[in-house]
Amino acid sequence: MLWNPEIETMPRHELEKLQVERLRRTVERVYQHVPFYRQKLDEAGIGPAEIRSVADLARLPFTNKQDLRDNYPFGLFAVPKDEIVRVHASSGTTGKMTVVGYTKSDVNTWAEVMARTMACGGVTNKDTVQVAYGYGLFTGGLGAHYGAEKIGAAVIPISGGNTKRQLQIMADFGTTAVACTPSYSLFMAETAAEEGIDLHQLPVRVGFFGAEPWSNAMRREIEEKWGIKAIDIYGLSEVMGPGVASECMVQDGLHVWEDHFMVEVIDPATGEVLPYGEKGELVFTCITKEALPLIRYRTRDISILSNGTCACGRTHLRMHRVMGRTDDMLIIRGVNVFPSQIESVLLEIGETEPHYQLIVDREGNLDDLEIWVEISERLFSDEVRKLEQIEGRIRREIQSTLGISARVKLVEPKTIARSEGKAKRVIDWRDVYSDGNR
Amino acid sequence: MKVKQISIFLENQSGRLARVTKTLGDHHINIRALSIADTTDFGILRLIVSDPEKAWGVLKEQGYTVSATEIIAVQVPDHPGGLAEILQVLDDCGINIEYMYAFVGRSGNDAVVVFRVENIDRAIELLQQKDVKLLCGKEVYNV
Ligand SMILES: [Zn+2]
Repeated sequence: MLWNPEIETMPRHELEKLQVERLRRTVERVYQHVPFYRQKLDEAGIGPAEIRSVADLARLPFTNKQDLRDNYPFGLFAVPKDEIVRVHASSGTTGKMTVVGYTKSDVNTWAEVMARTMACGGVTNKDTVQVAYGYGLFTGGLGAHYGAEKIGAAVIPISGGNTKRQLQIMADFGTTAVACTPSYSLFMAETAAEEGIDLHQLPVRVGFFGAEPWSNAMRREIEEKWGIKAIDIYGLSEVMGPGVASECMVQDGLHVWEDHFMVEVIDPATGEVLPYGEKGELVFTCITKEALPLIRYRTRDISILSNGTCACGRTHLRMHRVMGRTDDMLIIRGVNVFPSQIESVLLEIGETEPHYQLIVDREGNLDDLEIWVEISERLFSDEVRKLEQIEGRIRREIQSTLGISARVKLVEPKTIARSEGKAKRVIDWRDVYSDGNR
Repeated sequence: MKVKQISIFLENQSGRLARVTKTLGDHHINIRALSIADTTDFGILRLIVSDPEKAWGVLKEQGYTVSATEIIAVQVPDHPGGLAEILQVLDDCGINIEYMYAFVGRSGNDAVVVFRVENIDRAIELLQQKDVKLLCGKEVYNV
């Protein structure tokens, strides 16, 4: 289902024309109103007038998270404070918060792209959407809320947590669509099983999952347990919040809403733009935002872009589901390892719940990886030999797909801390060493 | 002639076994026999208890990974070579023993040994043909 057919299926040359025009206006805006950008653009030797094609995007300087922190809280805003109608912030695990602002028009744009996202999963005004993303400074809850409301669906703004009540409301209110993090959806499924609730009996038929990287195997697990279609959605507060890109029902990559956000994939080491089909770091440029139009914002998310019209008819570029983050990336004995790769292996083995933790340590000068995998009912056998076979299989699969050796340890259920938001997948003791804390 | 055994996954950490036995005790479940198979990281605790259904339920409720398997309990004549005779019967019939352990209590004057075998129905049939005394669930749970 298309929400805005004219834009979503716009021929590429027209879309690019629109982008160039909007990009030039955005660069003009930041050049005039944001001293930080004026200086950076001057240093790069490029001005608004020189933007004539989409290729000129690559000549603009990058922005990164540190720039937002250095200009905390409002230094990168391109409008006076009285035009700001909303402020969100994300508290990073380290350092200062990142603050983002929206004008009235920005909030409308946000609702528009989230409406397209929900329409991607077939949501109409007849649906009831349960928003179980957190509301508050985090953009997830309100972003999903505004999008669903714009479509005219009935919104249940329940926010995250209180899982038993979530399930009760789902059954009582007839929720047809749910929006939350993928790991929380599995947490809910676990709770449902404990409570004896059969998710397949609920009217939920689609879920919008984002805010953390997940794998295709995890998608299958969610779809199976819930009996729904699981749509991968993407966004980040610096660019907009949720609604930057979304999968359609074809589930073959996430459509980036390119009339609002230009997207590139770069080599994280050199900053060079990579061709479609190559893996690298996602970079977004906001071309319609008024309050905080970031230029070439480096996301640290690893993905691949692909072009070509999708089977759904949309012409916007598609990004591969996020495969990890440049800052999540572990280097183990010189090999780049993303937790999501390990997750894929565990799920491909097919018998384990996706509850795992990676523990990285250093023995002498050698990195050492231990993978804790929670034992599940399906996996358990009363014979030691069979459990050891499972450990061995996981170890061999990791070795053959990632090229690293790891110790696999089966642990009791609930050993690994559950989170109602993002799951903590990695404990890296090597970092602690350098602080001298251990 | 099948006996229900409860198996529990345990990490190799102190206090784990005590916690399981306390849970069972709190629910007035008696342990008739037990064995632990362990590796460096984990162990499998196998139990024959007075009320397997109830034990399975309370342990699951406590969040343990529990499974129920069927085993056979054999009354072994209490004289030298008694166990050897029974093992010979199984071996002659080509029945592979996954694991076995002995009973804590006694039934009459004879010792009781518990076997987990691959094809339990066939094993029961063959042992009965050879007049080996098998115990049924009720006899074991209520020793
Ligand atoms: Zn599509």
